Amino acid sequence: MKQVSVMRNPVMNGTAPVALALLVSLTAQTLAHAQGRRGAGGPPPSAQAAAPVDFTGYWESMVTDEDWVYRMVTPRPGDSAGVPLKTIGLQVMDTWDPAKDTAAGQQCKSYGAPTIMRVPGHLHVTWQDEQTLKIDTDAGQQTRLLHFDDSDAHQGPKSLQGYSVAQWEFQRPPGRVAATAKPLWGALKVTTTDLTAGYLRKNGIPYSEQAQLQEYFDLVKDSPDDDGETLMILTSTVIDPVYLFEPFVTDENFLKLPGDAGWKPSACSAMW
Amino acid sequence: MASHHSRFQAAHHAARTVFGRVTSFATVLALTSAALPPLVVAQGVAQGISQAQPSNLSGAWVSPPTNNVLERLEGPFTDDWTGMPMNAAGQALAQSYSAGMLAEPERVCQLYGQFHYANGAVGTRLTIWPVVEGSTDEIVAWKIDKTEDIGGLTIWVDGRQAPSKYANHTREAFTTGHWKGNMLVAYTTGMKSAPARDNGAFYSDQATMTSTFIPHNGNLLVVVTSLHDPVYFTKPYVYSRAYERAAADTAINPRWPPCIVNYEGVAEGVVPFFLPGKNPLRDQMMKVFHVPEYASVGGEDTMFPAFRDKLKDEYLKLYPSFPKHCMQYCTTFRNGNPVANQALPEERVPPLKSSP
Repeated sequence: MKQVSVMRNPVMNGTAPVALALLVSLTAQTLAHAQGRRGAGGPPPSAQAAAPVDFTGYWESMVTDEDWVYRMVTPRPGDSAGVPLKTIGLQVMDTWDPAKDTAAGQQCKSYGAPTIMRVPGHLHVTWQDEQTLKIDTDAGQQTRLLHFDDSDAHQGPKSLQGYSVAQWEFQRPPGRVAATAKPLWGALKVTTTDLTAGYLRKNGIPYSEQAQLQEYFDLVKDSPDDDGETLMILTSTVIDPVYLFEPFVTDENFLKLPGDAGWKPSACSAMW
Repeated sequence: MASHHSRFQAAHHAARTVFGRVTSFATVLALTSAALPPLVVAQGVAQGISQAQPSNLSGAWVSPPTNNVLERLEGPFTDDWTGMPMNAAGQALAQSYSAGMLAEPERVCQLYGQFHYANGAVGTRLTIWPVVEGSTDEIVAWKIDKTEDIGGLTIWVDGRQAPSKYANHTREAFTTGHWKGNMLVAYTTGMKSAPARDNGAFYSDQATMTSTFIPHNGNLLVVVTSLHDPVYFTKPYVYSRAYERAAADTAINPRWPPCIVNYEGVAEGVVPFFLPGKNPLRDQMMKVFHVPEYASVGGEDTMFPAFRDKLKDEYLKLYPSFPKHCMQYCTTFRNGNPVANQALPEERVPPLKSSP
């Protein structure tokens, strides 16, 4: 249980923190107990069966923030604004040569897992099997596999998309509820390792083979009721002890589409 | 743009003592938590407070300085409306904007509309706490303060009704909220017209705002804001930002002076603006980022991937002529602090001792 901190403020008198702490205590016990019951009656449900929210379907990037110049076009040479890049990373960036990458068959280096979700394009999310969520992209035609069963982790070679371990976060209604009760809320947490080196941006900002990626996928509506458009919000954190001073945290927004309209597969490009 | 930079630095060093007295609560919480069974489960579970308030948003939150760097440090470019779903009226209004208008007494606070907590430099640090009432300390609202503002956002969760649509619109506006599982969903009405981006991209007083607060593991807070405006936008303007939990002594000072605008030399009675097509700063995106005007003016299509097809040939044709090193607006970060000068290799910051 992560510690919850509440700051003192003019409306937070002396009794409120105690009451809040007791509420945390009681509810946390309820949740923990519910978790214990869930596994007692048999094998846990598959990840697909246990999914608290549904990410499957077609999604389109929405590039609405001021990172537009780093995503919608190839960033300027040498521009690493916003990226906590070490000097060695800057030096590697200076050697970026898209023609050389193309000649070497390395034109997909800016389509690796730490970057692919920021490349403007479409996603198609499906269940490959009951324990594996699959994300296909039209830009660069990449496939990410999110493994809820990580028993075969770290057994394969490093790769552009690495090895992703997925985990549901969810919250069931409080009180005595069935383990199968529909969760009130859910999100997806994904941790990716075993990556080959690549680029954080198209202009050659590097990440190393030691990079790790952590992502949270959330579903929200763009209006207060359930009638609005469905949005998928992705929060990504890239940690790379080789090239980055500190974590590189970004947000990406996707709009749910009714079908595959706009799906336009394109090959990797080292320049665009 | 320089004012944004100094504002950031000032906020960074301001107010370290307001929320210093948290020890007693932390002690109580630590004692109660110690008695709990561990929540280590195969597929995770969210934490909660009660059925009515499933999550505790309380605390100081800081957005990592790696996203939206142009907005947060240098300030948005004078003609960067890329990715904003503005209609023709919104574009015309934005292009007529002169920052000098904020020096007019009646507009001096106009920068600080409610959407402003979601983006820009002022929204990089949030302080959130519950508002309690009655003998049982029932939580009736969540209060959100951000850097350099007054009033903040008050999200009423006690079921009270919004004022009539004919009521006077105020800068504080009116926000109600409800929990959707672990997420707090807030809806704001009664806003006054204000910039959605600090370069003249205004929303109207008919706009409404939906904000969703999503905590993860107690240390990460994702805030998603959708701005609907039937007057100046053709689609909702969606903005998301991640925050990390910060130490309590880094909380912002809610008494930060609001609405400070430098003297711009604007004479009384003068309304600074530019006539259509006369804004001399409309070419900044082209000069610095080589983004043509048909992209920088924004519009719904600039939000989506297909727009890249329009740009591709023209942009790539110019690319070989770009400077080989980043000469302007190249700010990055080190240990959370801005490092602006990395234009030339010999001027770059030295590596840390631990660097390979």
